[in-house]
Amino acid sequence: MDVIALSWWDILLAAVPLAALAAVFAWRGCGLSRTLLVGAVRTFVQLALVGVVLKGVFQNAHPLWTFCFSMVMLAAGTWEVARRQHRRFTSGWTVGLAVLGLFTAGFTVTVFAVVALVGVRPWWSPQYAIPLLGMILGNTMTGIALGMDTLTQNAWKQRAVIENRLALGQTAADAVSELRRESVRTAMTPIINSLAVCGVVSLPGMMTGQILSGSDPLAAVRYQMMIMYLIASGAGFGSLLTIQLCARRLFDSRERLRLDRLSA
Amino acid sequence: MSVSDFEATALRYGGFGPVSFVMRKGEILGVNGPSGCGKTRLLRALADMDPWEGEMVLEGLAPGTMPASQWRRRVAYLPAESQWWFDGVGEHFSGEPDSAALCALGLESEVLGWPVARLSSGEKQRLGLLRTLINRPAVLLLDEPTAHLDAARAQAFEALVAAHCAEGMMALWVAHDPEQLARVATRGYRMATGGAWQEAEAWT
Repeated sequence: MDVIALSWWDILLAAVPLAALAAVFAWRGCGLSRTLLVGAVRTFVQLALVGVVLKGVFQNAHPLWTFCFSMVMLAAGTWEVARRQHRRFTSGWTVGLAVLGLFTAGFTVTVFAVVALVGVRPWWSPQYAIPLLGMILGNTMTGIALGMDTLTQNAWKQRAVIENRLALGQTAADAVSELRRESVRTAMTPIINSLAVCGVVSLPGMMTGQILSGSDPLAAVRYQMMIMYLIASGAGFGSLLTIQLCARRLFDSRERLRLDRLSA
Repeated sequence: MSVSDFEATALRYGGFGPVSFVMRKGEILGVNGPSGCGKTRLLRALADMDPWEGEMVLEGLAPGTMPASQWRRRVAYLPAESQWWFDGVGEHFSGEPDSAALCALGLESEVLGWPVARLSSGEKQRLGLLRTLINRPAVLLLDEPTAHLDAARAQAFEALVAAHCAEGMMALWVAHDPEQLARVATRGYRMATGGAWQEAEAWT
């Protein structure tokens, strides 16, 4: 079975209802048509670029290309984590801790998947490594961004409580233990929700894609199970690590709360 | 100097100071001065909660010789507004407070079983003191500790601190009310705007 390929004309045809929607928005004065069209153009340009680059990377399979592509994904994920923070750490610590968390959790889980689970040879084969890393990094990024933001925002709001706990002789770790737990819970909420409803309320995109391209549904389902487990552990370990390090960065060596290390 | 004193020498903190003083066991030192002159910040620096320079020694030991959390149990800062972060009052206590002390402060013995939402600001202030005293601090740093209390409750509060000092605790008592400082303090210091620090002759 081969997938029925779409031509560029098909894409143009798919854009017709979207253009009609933009026209209706403009007619009703919703002020949305411009953003909608800009978004549609961005989707086209970004995906076309990624397609061209991926085609090149797949044809000239080389570990260096896989590495370069994964570094671009890491940089984009880091930028997105930093963009979603209401209060960033000063002197680049937000970016540093985000890179560390994304890299450690995202890359470890991905390497585990390609080496131990998929078992593709060579292990860096772009056709497997890049999409797997993309899905794992994407979810790890969401977890880290949510966890970091919850921790720093609440530390800012609960300054008086944290300092009162320190004044009572609690260690810095004890004084923010509830806050850390809450941040991890917030970081994990999206992925835990999707674990619960996966296949019932939502049909995951990757599985749908595999079924469309002619895979046996049971094979597609097994891939999806693997992905769900991997992104849950990636997001979990990534946010745990980042939240731990961020919580430490909120205090100095004398366990003083240092909110001056956060930008307003 | 005996080893059981608390001593601060040329302490500078957050643009204030230098502050120097010596305390002997059992003493209560009063501190007053205009708002914004750095009194609260002094107490925070003494508890090692804000960065500071200079020297501090408690019973021969500097803060750097022990973990900060341990220093803060020995040199305990009682903030003007006590904070309550759990739902129940009792969860904030690391040990059982003395029932005689509860009674002396006019608190009901069941108060530890109450939800925090039921406490008045005056009750929070008194419970905040009991919560700090459980750590058996060597030095107690008080920041306007009776602001929410009526005259009778304030005097009960003063008496409880005095009773602990009679057993060897030291206290630094920051207050605006000269009459209160005259009642509780053995001697004291006046802080001027900008943090200039001098021994007070009389509280006026």
